[in-house]
Amino acid sequence: MKVLKKAKPTWPLEIYNVFETVNIQQVAFVPDAGHTTLIKACQANPKMQTISLTTEEEGVAMLAGAWLGGMRGALLMQSSGVGNCINMLGTIRECRFPLLCLVTMRGTWGEFNPWQLPMGQSTARVLEDVGVVVEAVNEPSNVAETVFACAQMAFQTNRAVAVLIGQRVVGFKDWSK
Amino acid sequence: MAKSKKSTLDRREVVKTILAQRQDALLVTGLGSSCYDAGTVDHPNTFYLWGGMGGAAMIGLGLALAQPKRRVLVITGDGEMLMGLGSLATIAVAKASNLTILVIDNELYSETGMQPTHTSQGVDLAGIAAASGFKHAKTLHSLSEVKDSMTTIYKTPGPVFLDIKVNANRYPLSIRLRDGTHIKNRFRESVLGAKAFD
Ligand SMILES: Cc1ncc(C[n+]2csc(CCOP(=O)(O)OP(=O)(O)O)c2C)c(N)n1
Ligand SMILES: [Mg+2]
Repeated sequence: MKVLKKAKPTWPLEIYNVFETVNIQQVAFVPDAGHTTLIKACQANPKMQTISLTTEEEGVAMLAGAWLGGMRGALLMQSSGVGNCINMLGTIRECRFPLLCLVTMRGTWGEFNPWQLPMGQSTARVLEDVGVVVEAVNEPSNVAETVFACAQMAFQTNRAVAVLIGQRVVGFKDWSK
Repeated sequence: MAKSKKSTLDRREVVKTILAQRQDALLVTGLGSSCYDAGTVDHPNTFYLWGGMGGAAMIGLGLALAQPKRRVLVITGDGEMLMGLGSLATIAVAKASNLTILVIDNELYSETGMQPTHTSQGVDLAGIAAASGFKHAKTLHSLSEVKDSMTTIYKTPGPVFLDIKVNANRYPLSIRLRDGTHIKNRFRESVLGAKAFD
């Protein structure tokens, strides 16, 4: 079976366009392969501050600070990074900080690495438990509009919102070869 | 890693001395004693953390990047800073020139029962900040050193990191303001005006 991934997906740059539309000016990330194109595009824009983190919870705190100073940001991570954020997400909830997180999923559909399963299978539940609104997207053509809708929810209602970008979108490695 | 000799500096005196010069600077506190120290001289431009241990410095970074024309101070404890050590690397790489991190280092987790932190065993926070690439990083031991550091704290292009060794004095809770949403909204309204609620 072929790797179920289009050669050059368009959704990462569509997310970038949404970032420009909704005025995202701080982009914090711990890299995930699924976010490579988006990170590059953000780094190429001098008006976006792209900040590489040592752990994802740094980004949660940083974007709270951004909002205190009147700036909007987005946090990019892999699903395993969600586990690094929980206590800091409690602070987001207590203060009603807006937070837009884009999470590329591992440990779900088509995963080959068993170590990804424990966190990947509980990502949505754990986020919901700590008060984050969760929207999963599994169809590439729906990614951009979902990010746009979630940005509106986050910044207009002062809530943390996470878009879970599924492995049907990101693609998976074929382990049978 | 030499153990440091005990400091005689009083934390409240340090914080009062520094904040007397704050003018339009913005302040983020760490949880616990640092929050209460800053609370003795309350100001709407102070964001008090009552939780989120390990996050104070990174809140400071996001704020400093969003408000590049203003000085941003973070005042936090040694225990809180140790929980977010990686953020020193992140902040140094981000080159936030208007950010100053001040650690009130009593070498203790005083809030939770006076257990010693790693700084009591010689772990050198200013050394870690310097090695990470902070423009200016130093350990201070006396009030005269603190008083001589006002330009460094408020003006010198940073990021600046000062580890201020203090004694083990504990003080009661000062400020009672603790609703997170209120602290956030008050801060934003003070800094952004009506735009805070756009
Ligand atoms: C994640 C997390 N772990 C532990 C605690 C418990 N706790 C609250 S304050 C504190 C000690 C803080 O020590 P430090 O920053 O040095 O403050 P100070 O000595 O000035 O009180 C700890 C461990 C907590 N609130 N959150
Ligand atoms: Mg301490």
